[in-house]
Amino acid sequence: MAISRGLARRTVPEAADIISTVEFNHTGELLATGDKGGRVVIFQREPESKNAPHSQGEYDVYSTFQSHEPEFDYLKSLEIEEKINKIKWLPQQNAAHSLLSTNDKTIKLWKITERDKRPEGYNLKDEEGKLKDLSTVTSLQVPVLKPMDLMVEVSPRRVFANGHTYHINSISVNSDCETYMSADDLRINLWHLAITDRSFNIVDIKPANMEDLTEVITASEFHPHHCNLFVYSSSKGSLRLCDMRAAALCDKHSKLFEEPEDPSNRSFFSEIISSVSDVKFSHSGRYMLTRDYLTVKVWDLNMEARPIETYQVHDYLRSKLCSLYENDCIFDKFECAWNGSDSVIMTGAYNNFFRMFDRNTKRDVTLEASRESSKPRAVLKPRRVCVGGKRRRDDISVDSLDFTKKILHTAWHPAENIIAIAATNNLYIFQDKVNSEMH
Amino acid sequence: MFARGLKRKSSEDAEDADGGVAGLPAAPSYTLQRQSLLDMSLVKLQLCHMLVEPNLCRSVLIANTVRQIQEEMTQDGTWRVVAPQAAGRAPLDRLVSTEILCRSGREQEGEGDCPLPDPAPGQAPRRPQSSPWGLDGSREGRGGFQKSLDHIFETLENKTPGSVEELFSDVDSSYYDLDAVLTGMVGGAPTGPGLPAFAPTAAAPPSSTCRSDLGELEHTVEILVET
Repeated sequence: MAISRGLARRTVPEAADIISTVEFNHTGELLATGDKGGRVVIFQREPESKNAPHSQGEYDVYSTFQSHEPEFDYLKSLEIEEKINKIKWLPQQNAAHSLLSTNDKTIKLWKITERDKRPEGYNLKDEEGKLKDLSTVTSLQVPVLKPMDLMVEVSPRRVFANGHTYHINSISVNSDCETYMSADDLRINLWHLAITDRSFNIVDIKPANMEDLTEVITASEFHPHHCNLFVYSSSKGSLRLCDMRAAALCDKHSKLFEEPEDPSNRSFFSEIISSVSDVKFSHSGRYMLTRDYLTVKVWDLNMEARPIETYQVHDYLRSKLCSLYENDCIFDKFECAWNGSDSVIMTGAYNNFFRMFDRNTKRDVTLEASRESSKPRAVLKPRRVCVGGKRRRDDISVDSLDFTKKILHTAWHPAENIIAIAATNNLYIFQDKVNSEMH
Repeated sequence: MFARGLKRKSSEDAEDADGGVAGLPAAPSYTLQRQSLLDMSLVKLQLCHMLVEPNLCRSVLIANTVRQIQEEMTQDGTWRVVAPQAAGRAPLDRLVSTEILCRSGREQEGEGDCPLPDPAPGQAPRRPQSSPWGLDGSREGRGGFQKSLDHIFETLENKTPGSVEELFSDVDSSYYDLDAVLTGMVGGAPTGPGLPAFAPTAAAPPSSTCRSDLGELEHTVEILVET
């Protein structure tokens, strides 16, 4: 039935448009999205200009290209999806922009360049590029560069293939700007950006007997400043900080971050909801943010015993876990994000809701990303989910939540209060005009 | 999204599976819900076999859940042979609890990613028969169960064409029915030939239907293998 599944996917036009990853570049000028159809769309922020006050730094489409195509693994008789799992930008080192995009098996390095001039006045070629009849050339001229309409060119510079047996879930560029890592369910590999035929395996948790497999890698990231440190999370809710200086194979962690289980909350679903779906270092490098099914947690690198902060994303789902297990929603992998100053954290939820938590004021807000509730330049209205008891007018009851509208992917501009929210196949970009500066 | 009314209320008033602590005396609803959870998990694991490339994280989490239930049932002493007399009664009880669990799933909006049809009415009568996934045969049952779990991971590990048939050779024929139905659902769009089986009114198909579905499934496997 694998064959009909593939065909069915192609005949449903919207399925390929489902956004699967969102990522700002290091300046926030560019925003890249990847989708289920293997395409990457890059948005660029328009510079604020006094002439057009309405386009106050809005994002327009800059470039679109097909990054990955579906493939077929003939050895295993399995289809390899073209869905883009992650995009990571490289720090900009010259006029060109570069990014890494990955599907389940293959990572590609793309170079994005601009062309806004072209040479005119060749001696041997005419305007269309055809060779001139030499007898008509009576004098020589120096070709000059003339401006032309901006053209954005994208080219694949490297293809990092055959490094992974299992599905790649994360990529992370090292602060040394020379290496990056890719993680699948059981292994993490270290690559050099210039070398495609070789990678180093730095973590391998595959047991000798697959029957003994009880834990997989769910996410991983390099430390933003220390090029030797990286963290990876597991399906059992633990984080392991590893130091590449300690050994070539970092199976032994330097630090293990794990919160003891709360015996009063124990159920058959405890392990599933403790599985970490995303881990992000803070910009400062001092903290880590993790997302599991019901909470986001902030960890201090200096304290392994427990997180320093825990925020409930949608605790009203705790009594519905059985149904969410039945319909597979309990396996949804939500991402999380820091703002530029590490004072606010954000994550998505169901019903196109997303949540923000202010770490200083301890206030939180629930907002909705939908066409109905947000006209351009309108202020988002906070939403509330009521769990029985008093119900205010605009509250949504838990039973009315739409579990097919999930916000799994969110991103925060590195410096300003601009967020990008992927709601199925729609991208929403919200800007905080009043408080553009970070606190 | 979730069922309102009496039945749901009574399932919430009763000890629900979420709040269960290991080792509690088996109030009937807890035991039944735990059994339903086990059945559901095993179906999910089988569905994993049928997917193009199984999501390893999901499979591992489900398998761990199954192990937890198995451990608890072993401690409780409920992991045992189903006595023939009780066989007639047990499926009916299980009918009720499974229905309660499934109801919330079915009434959810959105894309039909709820892989569970209403399995109880059609499935239950066959359940007491020999099945590596069921409760029959204490040591055999458990051994068969463990073997099946191991088999899952080995298959995930090296999904060679031959192993797909191996999987089917172990599983009780009652699951072929479910498989044929579920593979129709894998594409997301309910266009599969097995859709009629979803209707609650579908009578328990006799073994002849089972065999024809089995033939269909084998044909499908052949296609997969030869691709």
